[in-house]
Amino acid sequence: MNDIAVDLNQVCKYYPNVNALHPLTMSVKSGEVLGLFGHNGAGKSTLMKLILGILKPSTGSVSALGHCPRSNQAHNYRTQFGYLPENVSFYEHLSGREVLYYLAKLKGHNKTQADRLLEEVNLAPAADRAVKTYSKGMRQRLGLAQAFLGSPKLLILDEPTVGLDPVATQDFYLTVDRLKSGGCAVILCSHVLPGVEHHIDRAMILSKGRKLALGPLAELREAANLPIEVSVSGLTRSVIETKMKGIITESDWLQSSSQGALHNRFNSAAENKLNILRNLSSEENLQDLHIKLPSLEDLYRYYLSDFNNTAI
Amino acid sequence: MNKILIVAQKEFRDGLRNRWTSAITVIFILISLGLAYFGSATAGVLGFSSLESTLVSLASLCVMLIPLIALMLAYNCFVGELEQGTLLLLMTYPLSNAQLLLGKFTGQAAIITLASVLGFGLPAIIICLVSDVDVASVLTAFSQFIVLASLLGWVFIALAYIISLSVTEKSKAAGLALIVWFLFVLVFDLVLMAILVASEGNISETIVPFLLWVNPADVFRILVYTIIGAESYSGVLQIAEHGADGTVYLFLVMMLWVVLPLLCSWWIFNKKELSE
Repeated sequence: MNDIAVDLNQVCKYYPNVNALHPLTMSVKSGEVLGLFGHNGAGKSTLMKLILGILKPSTGSVSALGHCPRSNQAHNYRTQFGYLPENVSFYEHLSGREVLYYLAKLKGHNKTQADRLLEEVNLAPAADRAVKTYSKGMRQRLGLAQAFLGSPKLLILDEPTVGLDPVATQDFYLTVDRLKSGGCAVILCSHVLPGVEHHIDRAMILSKGRKLALGPLAELREAANLPIEVSVSGLTRSVIETKMKGIITESDWLQSSSQGALHNRFNSAAENKLNILRNLSSEENLQDLHIKLPSLEDLYRYYLSDFNNTAI
Repeated sequence: MNKILIVAQKEFRDGLRNRWTSAITVIFILISLGLAYFGSATAGVLGFSSLESTLVSLASLCVMLIPLIALMLAYNCFVGELEQGTLLLLMTYPLSNAQLLLGKFTGQAAIITLASVLGFGLPAIIICLVSDVDVASVLTAFSQFIVLASLLGWVFIALAYIISLSVTEKSKAAGLALIVWFLFVLVFDLVLMAILVASEGNISETIVPFLLWVNPADVFRILVYTIIGAESYSGVLQIAEHGADGTVYLFLVMMLWVVLPLLCSWWIFNKKELSE
C-alpha cells in the first residue's frame, strides 16, 4: 500500500499573463489532513485542479493515489476521488435526490448509499425538491454528500464550510475525522476559518502562487514565535508588574489596560507561559487567568506579512 | 460502456422533462399531416393525393427545420454545463471525455429519433387509415424517411457539440449555431449555384455532384429523392442527376458527417482545460 496519496514535484502552472503557481514540491500522506490557506487568487484552486487532473501542469509532475491524473486511464482511478468545488452548483431543474442518484451511478454506487448520505447531511426532508429552490447551505450540503460518495481515498474540498450552520459544520468535521481515520487523505482549502485548526495535521500557506509555509501547526507556531496573550482578572497592573519583574515591559500591555483596573491583558513570548502561570496563580486575589495561543489567523497574517516584507 | 448509458439516460430524461421531445414530435406531426392534406391545394384538391409530392415537400421543409431543431437542442450541451459549473464536477468523476461525449450524443440522438418515429410514424398511419392508398408503400417510404430524418438530426447534434465545446459562453454558442444553420441550409446552395453559373460549365461534370456531399442537408435531400424514386429534382439538386447519387455511398457520407464532427468535438474536448 502506497502511503503517499498526493505527490507534487516541482509543479508550476503558467498562464499567458500570470504565474498561477510557482514551482511547488509537496506531498500528502494517506490519513493526513492538509489545510491549504491563502487569500483569493493565491493559487489554492489551481493547485487542487492540478491534483485532480483538470489542469495540466506547465512543468513538473503530479501524482494522485499513485497515478498521473492526466493520463488516459486516469478516469478509472477517479472512483476514489471526492471533490467539492468552490461555489458548487448542480442541475437546477433536478431534485437533490435525482442529482445525487445520477452522480452516485457515475461513481458506480447504488441508490441506498445516496439516500444514506442525504440523511447524513440532513438533506433528506428537502431531497425531493428541485435544486433551484435550495439555499446556499443546502447546496453546500449536497456538494459534500457527493464528495463523500463511496468512501474516497482522496478528498479535496474547496471552502467546505461556507454557508454551513454551526451544527452542520460540526457534522462535517466529524465526517472528515472519520474518513481520515479510514486512511483517506484530505486537502481542505479555506480562507482562515475558526475551528479548522483542530482538524488539520499540517497547514500550507500560499500567497501569489508561492508556498510560504508548510508544516504541522505546532511547528509553524514555534517558527513564527508569536506572542501569547494573557488576560488576568482580579489583579491590578502594578501587582502584576511586581510579580512578573523582568518578564513584562511597558510595551507588552495591551490598550485596554489602565492603572487600577482589575482586568488586564498583556502580550508575552510563548516561552514565558509557564512562568506566568506559576507567578500569577499564587496571588490570592486572582479571579481568572486566561492564556490565548496565537490562532491560525495570527499565524496566517504573520507569514503573509513576513513574505510581503521580504519580497520588497 | 455502462457510463455512456448513464449519461445518455440523463440527457434523454432531460429532453422529456423540458418538453423538447414532445415539442419536436408535435411539430413533425403537424407539418407532415399538413403537407399530406394541403400539399395538393395548389392543384385545387384537398386530401392525400400523392406519396411522392408529400415526401418531397416534407423533405424540403425538414431540411430547414431539423438542422435548426438539432442545433437548438444541442448547442448548450457542454457550454451550459460549463457555465453552470457541473462540467467541472463531472471531470473529476470516473468518466472519460469520450464517455461523456458519447453519452450525451446517444441521449440527444435518441430524443430526435423518438420524435421522428412518433412525429412521422403517426401521420403515416393516419394517412393509411383515412385514405385509399397502398399501405405497404406508404409505410416503407415513411420508415425510410424516418431513418433519414433522424440521421440528419444526428449530424447537426454532432456539429452543435463542436460549437458547444469551443466557446465559453452560452450566448456565443447560440449565435454560432444560428450561423452554422444559415450556412448549411441557405447559403451553401446559393453559393454552389453561383459558382456553377459563373464557371459556365467549365467545372468537370463528374466532380460537381460530389460538391453536394460537402453539405449534409443536400445529401439528405438527394437520399429522400432517391428512396421515393422522384422523377424531377428541383433547384441545385439537379446537378445530382449526373451521378454520385448511389444510395449506399450517400448513406455512408451521412454517417461520416456524424462521426467526423464527433471526433472533432472529442479532440477539442481533450485539449480543453477548465480553468474556471
